[in-house]
Amino acid sequence: MSVPMVHAQGVRKQFGRLEVLKGIDLTVERGQVCCLLGPSGSGKSTFLRCINHLEKVDEGQLAVDGELVGYRRQGSRLHELREKEVAARRRDIGMVFQRFNLFPHLTALENVAESPVRVAGVNRADARIRAGRLLGRVGLADRADHYPAQLSGGQQQRVAIARALAMEPKLMLFDEPTSALDPELVGDVLDVMRDLAADGMTMVVVTHETGFAREVGDTVVFMDEGVVVEAGEPRQVLLSPRHERTQAFLSKVL
Amino acid sequence: MPAPAHSTAATTGAGRSSSTSLAPERLQAVPVRHWGRLIAAAGAAAGLAGLVGSLARNANLHWEVIGHYLFAGLIFNGLVTTLWLTVAAMVLGLSLGTLIAVLRLSANPVLNALAALFVWVFRGTPLLVQIIFWAYAAALYKQVMIGIPFTHVTFLRIDTNSVLTPSVAALLALGLNEAAYASEIVRAGIQSVDPGQSEAAHSLGMTPALTMRRIVLPQAMKVIIPPMGNETINMLKTTAYVSVIAAHDLMSNIQDVYAQTYQVIPMLVVASLWYLALTTLLSVPQARLERRYGRGTARATRTSPLRRMFTGMTGVTGTTGKDT
Repeated sequence: MSVPMVHAQGVRKQFGRLEVLKGIDLTVERGQVCCLLGPSGSGKSTFLRCINHLEKVDEGQLAVDGELVGYRRQGSRLHELREKEVAARRRDIGMVFQRFNLFPHLTALENVAESPVRVAGVNRADARIRAGRLLGRVGLADRADHYPAQLSGGQQQRVAIARALAMEPKLMLFDEPTSALDPELVGDVLDVMRDLAADGMTMVVVTHETGFAREVGDTVVFMDEGVVVEAGEPRQVLLSPRHERTQAFLSKVL
Repeated sequence: MPAPAHSTAATTGAGRSSSTSLAPERLQAVPVRHWGRLIAAAGAAAGLAGLVGSLARNANLHWEVIGHYLFAGLIFNGLVTTLWLTVAAMVLGLSLGTLIAVLRLSANPVLNALAALFVWVFRGTPLLVQIIFWAYAAALYKQVMIGIPFTHVTFLRIDTNSVLTPSVAALLALGLNEAAYASEIVRAGIQSVDPGQSEAAHSLGMTPALTMRRIVLPQAMKVIIPPMGNETINMLKTTAYVSVIAAHDLMSNIQDVYAQTYQVIPMLVVASLWYLALTTLLSVPQARLERRYGRGTARATRTSPLRRMFTGMTGVTGTTGKDT
């Protein structure tokens, strides 16, 4: 069996006295879509942010594609990675945020082309052509020269997805990508994510869209109060949850 | 039950507007006369006219002296010194200030404390004291040496007096003082940028340094430029302080003249006219920079300040940039 894309074992994280993650075990295989569900404050976003080292894990092991996140193993010892090494690891992991976080001083095209030029060293002309193609893929070819403030929320989020894809990541993380959107704009973003999943991208998606989780997810993980309560096939977790906390949550959401 | 109340209000409103909308131009009413305003305006205008008239006829103002010295070579030389001193002090202040701001925000506690100490000292002592201090620094160290501390190894050794000319002392005093203020402005600018911006940049594989340069600082500029414009205009006027160490700036030369001719007031008018002209000129690049770094925000308009003046209020509030 090949190395899983994401492998977490006993991951713990504290903010001050507050224990947000209390030992998370989770595995996402290559090409799979894993949807994280749970009430707010359950730690699902924190866990997602741990995967690309935006948060530091306090305890346990977290590996992406067989490499430890934030550390290098030498013999029996762990060495913390330098800023540059952390940055290099993050290139392979795309992330999409709830609040889009597009760069407001750059146009849509420049947002997408920025990191290929500055980080990957692609020449500017090539990067712009590729950025244009990516914008076309998310249905925004005609918005290339618009600034984020001139785009709707749904359009901004699709630019953000194109921006993350520009680094050709092997793993995509989505942190509640549709939660800040007007209801009628959610569909466009989910369509783009659906296409991405169909192309075989490995994805970890924190979401409240149970419909999307059921349709696109290969696994659904239900988290509450810093632990994984239940995980498995979407159908099984969403339609016949075994745990009563999952049942209580789903009865409120559905 | 707010909803029905609202709807009735709306219908009566609509009814009223439809009855009056026929003839907004045909309405002929005698406008309210604001007598109080008229009287106040007339009084103020008369006061100003009186002041200008009395100044114009006051022989002690010596218009011929003002006219003679306004474009005199000595004044011009002072003007050049004032200008380069302003530019150099601002460049020193802004670059050193940016460095100190970054240190203040760094995770390194020692650098952090050093930056705080710098701001504390240079913002906490009077500028006049600092100017005189640098002018007399030779009394503290006769020689400037570059070497390894606590050893006898030296690479360079020169007399302090030969390096620390009045101009250099003036530049150091103004630049270091400005750095303390600029660092606070830059720090506020950096902190005004949403942390999500850095996270997004990091998630794309950018290093912290690249994130600062390409993502955070350009956005911080929007917040930094207006107060830095103020600082620049302030600096131009503050250079007048260095006349106390005879740095040959505009004010020094003005003082040299009236020390001999005793024409204090006319010479001060000459100085004021030049300072006014220069501060007016300086506000032009500020407006241009603000537009440059306002890109992508709803307020950013591509219209020039002049055009905005002629197109009226709509240009000032911004045409949201959606159609530009």
